[in-house]
Amino acid sequence: MHASISSLVLNRLLLGVVTLFVISIIIFCGVELLPGDLAQEILGQSATPESIAAFRQQLGLDRPATERYLEWLLGVVSGDFGASLANGREISELMGERLGNTLFLAGMSALISIPLALTLGVLAALYRNTAFDKGTSICTLTAISYPEFFVAYILIFLLAQTGFFPSISNISGDMSLMEKAYRTVLPALTMTMVVTAHMMRMTRAALINLLGSPYIEMARLKGVSPARVIVRHALPNALGIVINVIALNLAYLVVGVVIVEVVFVYPGLGQLLVDSVAKRDITVVQACSLIFAMTYVLLNLLADVLSTLSNPRLIHQR
Amino acid sequence: MKNKNPIDNLLGNAQVSRRRFLQGTTLAGASMAVGGSLLSGNVLAEPVPRRGGHLKAGLAGGSTSDSLDPTTFSDTFMISVGFSIRDNLTELGQDNTVKPALAESWEAEPGAAKWTFKLRQGVQFSNGKPFGAEDVIGSINAHRGADSKSGAKALVEGIKNISADGDHTVVFELTSGNADFPYILTDYHLNVGPVVDGKPDWLSGAGTGLYLLEAFEPGVRAVLKRNPNAWQTEFGFFDSAEFIAISDDSARQSALLTGEVDVINRVDTKTVHLMKRRSGIRILDVPSRTHYSMPMFSDMAPYNDPNVRLALKHAIDRQEFLDKVLHGYGQIGNDHPLGPAFRYHAADIPQREYDPEKAKFYLRKAGQEGLTVNYHCADGAYAGAVDGGVLFQENASKAGIKVNVVKEPNDGYWSNVWLKKSFVASNWGSRPVEDMILSLAYLSDAKWNEGHFKDQQLDQLIIAARSELDESRRREMYRDVQLIIRDQGGSIIPAFANLIQGLSEKVSTTGQIGGGWDMDGGHFLKRWWQS
Amino acid sequence: MKDLTKTLRQISLSAWFGIVVVSVYILVAFFAPVIAPYGETEIVGGVFEPWSDEFLLGTDNLGRDLYSRLVYGARNTVGIAILTTLLAFAFGSLMGVLSATIGGWLDQLMGRSVDVLMAIPQLIFALLLLTIFGTSIINMILIIALLDSTRVYRLSRAAAVNVVAMDYIEAAKLRGEGLGYLIFREILPNITAPLVAEFGLRFCYVFLLISALSFLGLGIQPPTADWGSMVRESANLISFGEVTPLIPALAIALLTVAVNFIADWFLHRSTGLKG
Repeated sequence: MHASISSLVLNRLLLGVVTLFVISIIIFCGVELLPGDLAQEILGQSATPESIAAFRQQLGLDRPATERYLEWLLGVVSGDFGASLANGREISELMGERLGNTLFLAGMSALISIPLALTLGVLAALYRNTAFDKGTSICTLTAISYPEFFVAYILIFLLAQTGFFPSISNISGDMSLMEKAYRTVLPALTMTMVVTAHMMRMTRAALINLLGSPYIEMARLKGVSPARVIVRHALPNALGIVINVIALNLAYLVVGVVIVEVVFVYPGLGQLLVDSVAKRDITVVQACSLIFAMTYVLLNLLADVLSTLSNPRLIHQR
Repeated sequence: MKNKNPIDNLLGNAQVSRRRFLQGTTLAGASMAVGGSLLSGNVLAEPVPRRGGHLKAGLAGGSTSDSLDPTTFSDTFMISVGFSIRDNLTELGQDNTVKPALAESWEAEPGAAKWTFKLRQGVQFSNGKPFGAEDVIGSINAHRGADSKSGAKALVEGIKNISADGDHTVVFELTSGNADFPYILTDYHLNVGPVVDGKPDWLSGAGTGLYLLEAFEPGVRAVLKRNPNAWQTEFGFFDSAEFIAISDDSARQSALLTGEVDVINRVDTKTVHLMKRRSGIRILDVPSRTHYSMPMFSDMAPYNDPNVRLALKHAIDRQEFLDKVLHGYGQIGNDHPLGPAFRYHAADIPQREYDPEKAKFYLRKAGQEGLTVNYHCADGAYAGAVDGGVLFQENASKAGIKVNVVKEPNDGYWSNVWLKKSFVASNWGSRPVEDMILSLAYLSDAKWNEGHFKDQQLDQLIIAARSELDESRRREMYRDVQLIIRDQGGSIIPAFANLIQGLSEKVSTTGQIGGGWDMDGGHFLKRWWQS
Repeated sequence: MKDLTKTLRQISLSAWFGIVVVSVYILVAFFAPVIAPYGETEIVGGVFEPWSDEFLLGTDNLGRDLYSRLVYGARNTVGIAILTTLLAFAFGSLMGVLSATIGGWLDQLMGRSVDVLMAIPQLIFALLLLTIFGTSIINMILIIALLDSTRVYRLSRAAAVNVVAMDYIEAAKLRGEGLGYLIFREILPNITAPLVAEFGLRFCYVFLLISALSFLGLGIQPPTADWGSMVRESANLISFGEVTPLIPALAIALLTVAVNFIADWFLHRSTGLKG
């Protein structure tokens, strides 16, 4: 059993590297295909053909795309992500703090949303079709019906304009952990509203789906209490799906925060990525995308390992 | 002298420079008029600035790809950083006339093709290097030459040669006369930085400005501290400041409403009226020369027919555009770029009105009844550009013209749509003098001739007016320029936009604010103070 | 016939609510030109006029009747959302079940391709694709459907893998049943529950993604009325406690709740649970 799990992990890690490689090609091609290049986007309205040509030459943008890609790839393989083309700053320096901030926000949101969603999901399945079930459904569904920026604006109106929390979360390295956490409350709440509904609804659905199974029927006939049926008998079998949904949402918390970052002026990776795409700053776009992709691959791997462990049938499949 | 109001000092300087400036030829009349209004404002109640305090500004126009290199400056955040930590040779004052900065005074030879600038003595950069002629030459040269990647390249193209005459005199030779040359040097790209071996050192952030750069994270924030050794004494009231890049309109508003920041730029015109009602908030609404234009390629069908251009010009309701896109914060345009804020604006030229019948008449004349055009726009061109397109669509439908509004991505708008598509939304920032906008966008061979309108007579007028030193002849020339562009040119110019800033009552300003770029032309940190 | 009436009688109250709301939306979408007092793009009044008899919900920032735009918005928004979600589900679930059933190289290929697609931030990917291919409605539907189908694929595969490991599938395989039979008769019916639940949510994510795209300046072409963009256009007003932007948002919320209530009922029915 351990052997099969560790070979799964190894296998997936190798595939993960291949995934990253493919992504780097897709992103590179994508940015190349975007109309306009760094020189034009930086100069914007004040671009002239001469200044664009000079710009391209200085940054080597006039060389063929494959050459630039290979050069970048060689750098990355040897651990050097290079420097931002737009302002010459080292990428590791540019991204270090922002990555920390992004993970901090994701962590805070996850701490609030996962326990909340699981509890609500189990309770809703337990008291299905009661007023409680309908009530939580209406609340969480309404919350996700609002676009993220709108949820953010409403929270700012309700909680920032009344003075409870700051409306902008421009945290910086010299702040204490408590102050950072305090400043991050509103973006974390926004993200919580966005992801909770999905996790809660899927937990509820997976549980209810199992409640019709014969073995649950059997347990019930044996006189096991409904709460015990759900927690001890249904939940373990629903874990596969629940874990996958949680992994998806965790990935979203890291990767999908662009808009929340913009609205709360939170210095994370999402904003950096959007700005860099807009400016065609390809080295930064690549580095950000790879970090996001890595997060996703790792979370996915974790989800697969956990859900395999949760279903013995899968382990002994072959 | 010490207790004197900075405005008086400013005026005093202006008078000095004015006297030297071409012996009272071109500018005298205009600055007199402005000076008069300033003085009267003074008599009313000009508050006395106070020193000290910390200013927090929430600014739109910052990006994570920003750099301290002024050749890449393009928006408010970096422009404001640049003007806080560095100086130009000349500076655009709050009355929109040119003031001395690192240059104490300047003189032109007759014909205005050779300019001599006397530099300020005893000025030091914040890294200890003494300021001299080589710094000016190196800094300006950073924008010139074949390998320049500067946004100001077109602006300094008229400079043939720069040379030093001793350590504190710089001589500019121009390819042709330009009576407004000192104005060009006020441009936000043309900061002066410490030059080592002919190359300016931009990235260290060293400068002669009133503030020192303590910390800078592109697209996030800049932290500034008062420079105790700055040469300027009459400005620089705050002890320290923080600029925070807030690109989302609503977030910027909320930041001001909740007191997270003290000033913001670009208040959303949709909500200015609600903002005004809040206590403790002051809206600073500054008329400017920023204008929105709708250029069409005059050398391409169907726009190559002057009647089609006239039909389209009659098919837009400028007042409605002003009311609904700018929510009244601006002035209506008359299809030429020299709006009411310009010195040589010809107020006697009749305003073009929305007239569907006339539009139909011109369409018939062109044989283009049932004309369909594609109008490309994006809110990246200016806030409300798409709404403006939709309005135009509705207006034009009454004249029998079908306008398809094509919303383009904000991303890459200036490189892929503007100057590429035949009928687009465009936006021109304030230029202090007539010639700058005309030379950039209305000469036949101008790089940004967005309307592709080519007219020999117009070219001759623009070039002749550039070096014309006689006030009334110049006025006459610019009047002709306005008429030609209005009636034949390739652009609809529906409106001039005001610059709208939001201030908490903790921040005070003088009665008059510079209308060049927003935030007092980027000079707000120096010029504003704590109440 | 008897079966039908029996089923109808068994529909829960909340599901009825859902069905009624969805029907009303569809009717409104269908008869928009009849219901709306003004045209979709017609400018009929001043800017942000208050609610009145003339303008039921006031006017928007250009002076268009908000109520009329809301009605027309139903047509565009609901249409796009349904089409996109159906496409995403048809493609995603089929591929997911196929991968789980066949396994082997197909599973590997699909799994890794989906990994690649999902590992690229969705919003950025959509932004890249839309900028490259243009923001027409067809492109938007196809691109969002493609991105959404990766999520559907993962879920349906995860659910199907559990089913495939069951003994009755083993039995069916031994019986020599064909692939089609396995997928459509054995596996799909047993994973409908999570798929239906996911459908309810994916459906509203389409609105959200369109709205998010309009936040980044890519969205549905003007002057077409769609709720996501309408929220975006007036969102700033919420900072001042104005209710205007809440109206299109509520329209989306009501539909989301309704669709999910129907999904709940379906989920309930498919598990054969009573009460």
